Amino acid sequence: MTPTLSGERYDLAVVGGGVHGATVALFCARAGLRTILFERGSLCREASGVNAGTLTMQMTRVALIPYALQAHAMWASAPEWLGHDVGVVVCDGLSLAFTEGEAELLTYRAGRRREAGAPIELVGPARALEVEPGLSDRVLVAGHCKVDGFANAYLTGLAYRAALIEAGVTLCEQVPVAGVVPDGGGYELDSAAGTVRARRLVLAGGVWLEEMAAWLGLRLPIKVLINQLAVTERIAPVMRTVVGIASGLLSLKQYPHGTVVIGGGWQGRGDRQQGGVELVPDSLIGNMRLACHAIPALRRSRLARAWAGLEAETRDALPAAGPIPGFPDAWICGSVHSGYTSGPFIAKRLADRILERGDPDPLFPIDRLLAPDAGAADPAPVAEAPLS
Amino acid sequence: MPGVAVSAKETRADLIVVGAGPAGASAALAAHRAGLAVVLIDEAGRPGGQVWRAPASGVAIPDALRTQDDRDGAALRAEVAASGLTFVGDARVWSVTGRFRVDAATETGTQAYVAPRLVAATGAHERVVPFPGWTLPGVVGLAAATILLKSEAMLPGRRTVVAGCGPLLAAVAAKIVAAGGTVAALVDLAGPADWMAVAPRLARRPRLLRQGLGWMLRIGLARVPVHFRHAVVAAEGAEAVEHVTIAPVDAEGAPAAGPRHRIAADALAVGHGLVAGAEIPRLLRAALRFDALAGGWIPVLDAAGRTSIEGLYAAGDGAGIAGAAAALLSGRLAGLAAARDAGALAEPAFAGARDRIAAERDAVEAFAGAVRHLMRPRRGLVDAVAPETVVCRCEDVTRAEIDAAVAAGASEVNQLKHFTRCGMGPCQGRFCGDTAAELVARHVGSRAAAGVWTARPPLRPVPLDTLLGDFDYADIPVPKPAPL
Repeated sequence: MTPTLSGERYDLAVVGGGVHGATVALFCARAGLRTILFERGSLCREASGVNAGTLTMQMTRVALIPYALQAHAMWASAPEWLGHDVGVVVCDGLSLAFTEGEAELLTYRAGRRREAGAPIELVGPARALEVEPGLSDRVLVAGHCKVDGFANAYLTGLAYRAALIEAGVTLCEQVPVAGVVPDGGGYELDSAAGTVRARRLVLAGGVWLEEMAAWLGLRLPIKVLINQLAVTERIAPVMRTVVGIASGLLSLKQYPHGTVVIGGGWQGRGDRQQGGVELVPDSLIGNMRLACHAIPALRRSRLARAWAGLEAETRDALPAAGPIPGFPDAWICGSVHSGYTSGPFIAKRLADRILERGDPDPLFPIDRLLAPDAGAADPAPVAEAPLS
Repeated sequence: MPGVAVSAKETRADLIVVGAGPAGASAALAAHRAGLAVVLIDEAGRPGGQVWRAPASGVAIPDALRTQDDRDGAALRAEVAASGLTFVGDARVWSVTGRFRVDAATETGTQAYVAPRLVAATGAHERVVPFPGWTLPGVVGLAAATILLKSEAMLPGRRTVVAGCGPLLAAVAAKIVAAGGTVAALVDLAGPADWMAVAPRLARRPRLLRQGLGWMLRIGLARVPVHFRHAVVAAEGAEAVEHVTIAPVDAEGAPAAGPRHRIAADALAVGHGLVAGAEIPRLLRAALRFDALAGGWIPVLDAAGRTSIEGLYAAGDGAGIAGAAAALLSGRLAGLAAARDAGALAEPAFAGARDRIAAERDAVEAFAGAVRHLMRPRRGLVDAVAPETVVCRCEDVTRAEIDAAVAAGASEVNQLKHFTRCGMGPCQGRFCGDTAAELVARHVGSRAAAGVWTARPPLRPVPLDTLLGDFDYADIPVPKPAPL
């Protein structure tokens, strides 16, 4: 039974208990704000708990590289600032090209990411094979990055839960919030455990940010990606790095306990109401063929499990992170491409702004993303950067 | 959104039936006779399922091991073969999607079947409540022991302890004796009074009662020591089972006063009832309900076997434990309902058949209820699982780790999976799921609160080699690159 919270007042209310919401709540609570965190399910059980756990620069958007580099360092030192282990392994990463077209794409993309600060160098097949002895001999060229690695995403909730409780956050799991209204110098939250008032508000609802923004009368279109993932049973070591391909449609690594997780964002079926409803068998097979083309020894394993996780994407595929225009002391944080990689640092920067610490980071204000009103059509997509 | 080319060739039908045991085979036959194009798929090479399992090819089953079940199975196989319906054997269903596509891994690669209707008849799996040593080589389930005996004419060991509950105990012990093996002890959670209490209901199926009494006679003649109201508390051995220790229990399986016995044996066949194999309804998100006696979480069905999802039917033990006779009937009914819903069978003809089948089901229900009672989950058995005992054998998760995860905030089974990896291994919780959920329920109040394990493909582990086949890199339908 959830205790009733009616009438309670907080300095900060966070809605959404993924990596973004939990990180903001954690740093604000440690700085002394009386903080409450609402999560309609269990902590970090959506995108933050079911993603591939890859901490790579080679799938990160160029604009996010500076954040991803800092966040990588945070993940690698999680026991120090989070207080708990998320099974992070730091290792080399390779992004592969098997065709001339992929080589061209890789060269362009690695260059752009390098300019943004990611230490990626292009290497030939022989060097790639030294870095990753499990690699196929069909690689033409590879992007090699020393800053790579992976976490055990399913441990995220366990780690954050303990940290939040230690920091004194009022943690409300299985408590949905139905709406938020401004309330004279603060916000009133209509939660399943009663009405709560808070001076500051953070909305961190992942793919559900569109509904949350609508509470305040704002139209923030968020597209939902249904990313398929697969994992093998435990097998003897077949690889020791994070492996991807130029297009970003593969992520592959072997965990210390022996399972190999295969991802890359191949799409399943579902929506934000029902979640990832089902996996597309032909997409699973395509994704696994790509994986075995990169690491041939994988063919000898058995597929143990496959699932889908939701990923939020704004119309320009850049984050919605910053103040909510027109609503003082209200903030939004989410829709970060490869958000698990960069999430902790972006959320920490937002916490710094809320706490008015250091130089304010402009982050990624949502003014650019808001549609004029609920009746209008979605704004036209922002043109993508040229691929080559 | 990536566009995906279809890689598997799709075979179309009016109805797909997954599972060719008594329920699935009779569903397929009924729908086929009503005029539907039916594809019947099973993991085994021939129909029969668990109870009516066919001998492995080339294995001669001695007459002493042949029973009425084997004759019924042979008759069913002959009927399926003569019918002309499409039977796909040695096929491991790994994905079920849409309304409906079934992907099955075979020796020649993965095959896809598509039909607007699907009958899930995937039977049951065994519940084994863990005890120290339950993962040692030489420990097998009662059902696994029957497979060895029926399919391979093989004994589980030279000296076997047969333990657990329900009629399978006597069946396995009698078969071991008949095959020339030694049963070191028969260890029954139930007592003579429990059996007497259900005897009138068992007597409603005279043929099966006679069969059971025949088993008991054979066991008696072989002077097998029988321990009523006892449970296995440990299996020990250096590399494999060498000794089995048993101790007295009460009606709920909790430890009771009395001496323990340490029995020399090189095999232990043990089972504590059956769990309904409702993975397909679970995967497709059909409405479920919890019924401990009927095998846990089972699909909500109407009187004809329709689930909450249009076109999806469930029959046999996978829809609620009731045994082979009931499975034949629920299967036939589901097959007829599919034919009716497809427009191949007129409503009056369907209604008449439905009512006749309902009457037959009533006749077998008393017996099924008695068997369910004997095989019921015992609360005390789960409570007695020691902290250091491994519950999830795929991932080596102990009871203490499960209790600690619940204390750390895992309030339902899927969060438990994240916190501990319990149920994350190749069996996806088929072995440990029931016990782990019971342990969570001890803390959160009920099995409903402890939640339902989310089903994931593949429904059974499949070799990547089988799924992937031969391919050219250029033919992989790689979606368009992610944004930079």
